[in-house]
Amino acid sequence: MPEVNPEPKIIGFLCNWCSYAGADLAGSARLKYPPNIKIIRVPCSGRVSPELVIRTFQEGADGVMVLGCHIGDCHYSTGNHRTARRMPVLQALLEFTGIEPERFLAKWVSASEGGLFAETVREFTDRVKQLPPRSKL
Amino acid sequence: MMDVGRHPNITLLTYSEVEEVTGYVGNFNIRIRKKARSVNMDLCTGCGTCEEKCPRRVIDTGFNVGLGKRKAIYRPFPQAVPAVPVIDRDACLFFTKGRCKLCEKVCPTHAIDYSQQDEIIEVQVGNIILATGYDPFDARRISAYGYGKYPNVFTSLEVERMLAGSGPTDGHVVLRDGKTEPQTVGIIHCVGSRDENYNHYCSKVCCMYSLKLAHLVHGHTGARIYEFYIDMRTAGKGYEEFYKRLQREGVAFINGRPSEILPDGDKLVIHVQDKSLGKGMHVPVDMVILSVGLEPRHDSREVAQIFNISCDADGWFKEKHPKLDPVATLTDGVFIAGCAQGPRDIPESVAQGAAAAARVLSFIRQGEVEVESATAVVDELMCVGCTQCIQACPYGAIEYLSDRRIAHVMEALCKGCGTCTGACPSKAITLRHFTDRQLIAEMVGAMNGMRQTMAAAGE
Repeated sequence: MPEVNPEPKIIGFLCNWCSYAGADLAGSARLKYPPNIKIIRVPCSGRVSPELVIRTFQEGADGVMVLGCHIGDCHYSTGNHRTARRMPVLQALLEFTGIEPERFLAKWVSASEGGLFAETVREFTDRVKQLPPRSKL
Repeated sequence: MMDVGRHPNITLLTYSEVEEVTGYVGNFNIRIRKKARSVNMDLCTGCGTCEEKCPRRVIDTGFNVGLGKRKAIYRPFPQAVPAVPVIDRDACLFFTKGRCKLCEKVCPTHAIDYSQQDEIIEVQVGNIILATGYDPFDARRISAYGYGKYPNVFTSLEVERMLAGSGPTDGHVVLRDGKTEPQTVGIIHCVGSRDENYNHYCSKVCCMYSLKLAHLVHGHTGARIYEFYIDMRTAGKGYEEFYKRLQREGVAFINGRPSEILPDGDKLVIHVQDKSLGKGMHVPVDMVILSVGLEPRHDSREVAQIFNISCDADGWFKEKHPKLDPVATLTDGVFIAGCAQGPRDIPESVAQGAAAAARVLSFIRQGEVEVESATAVVDELMCVGCTQCIQACPYGAIEYLSDRRIAHVMEALCKGCGTCTGACPSKAITLRHFTDRQLIAEMVGAMNGMRQTMAAAGE
């Protein structure tokens, strides 16, 4: 069994208004980022329930990202405030479910930060690659 | 501007600030602070007697960029609309020392009102256009060019005011002593633009206005003009022709960004590496004009937050789509025009202003707007009435039906963010088009897709 995971499968839940637009910008600016991520568009990062993240891990994802607008920039004024409080709790509980907390990332990426999006995906992919392959849940 | 001031359907609120915007397209409520101008706008006829008689003179840092003086009661410039003056309370002798009141005595219509307070008004509007413009780059930030240190280094705006017939120097281009005309003038392009230390973007208008200044300064003084540029960006109708014309008029174009300006006697010596000759040059001139670039308004981020739109990394307002929808924003009913979106020249700003107005008119003509189809809905059999969703909703769109002990979504208010769906512990509330089933199916599909690609790559 190899000690590292060469090609991790990562799912990103991206808020429609900031991070998804940021990812779009990364694409139109022809920025390179690893192909290991598949993006799922959600209206707001507040839409992402902890259960959805756990379910994604259950389906065999090696990493999950939740990206939303910066605090104060939320299209729905305070939707991401929920994310900001919900996701750290989830991260703290991940270990308990048998998943390394490093496999989860919640971050703010705005619509103008295409570069930051590419960089985030790159760093997160590298981080997940360092971890041993996922044990079955 | 005069036509705007007189138009029966346009209410012009100058010297006012938007403090809060609530609501949505078609139903915006805007709270505006009308600052106290100490002059009754209904009584004032704009005769200008008060301005003439006011004994207090202060440096006009506004329209005349520090070159001329204005009174403590003043209009920003003679053609200002409305023609009602304002009292600068920090300068006025009555407000600072408690005496004078000369303007009150001379006003023929008794319009001066020292006791005026800021007034808060609320207006209801359907659409908003933001055209808040730009700030010029502060040339003091580049110390190597010595603006503010060497008297005869000017900014382009200062020279622009000097060239105006009604300006502070009556249309004469003179050195800081106020009388000597320059014999040689150096114009430096890209001050604060295309510079990794300040702004990386091209301010777009400086090449053309520098050429205009070269043409006018040469015409007024007969001075020898040197232009120091990185690249000439003369894209636009008739612009390249104007550049060619200036070359024929004898303006010297030097391809290089000056490294510094040093004084030498009465002269200022511009140090530059000429890229086309490949050698260093020291060009002595009487006057240096810094073509300052354009920057986002200093408060653009706060303004963006008030109107619930976003700014890009530099601070310009962000459009819905840079190519396909350049005047709309991600917030329905809020449009942007002109330099608030990014550096642009007058014809482009005019076109964008007209485009934004046309977009608003089309909204008004339709009479109705499409609302969000993705709203949340409560499964009444599943809901246990824990009210988690009510606390989560940013819009107060969920009510608690106390007789049935369940939550209920008011669809007209729901914006479809799904925060309630993420919060519901019993999975009773779902967001249409983004249900758990749909998102999970999408996620499973994505996972399978990745597995297949990797399997194919592994073979």
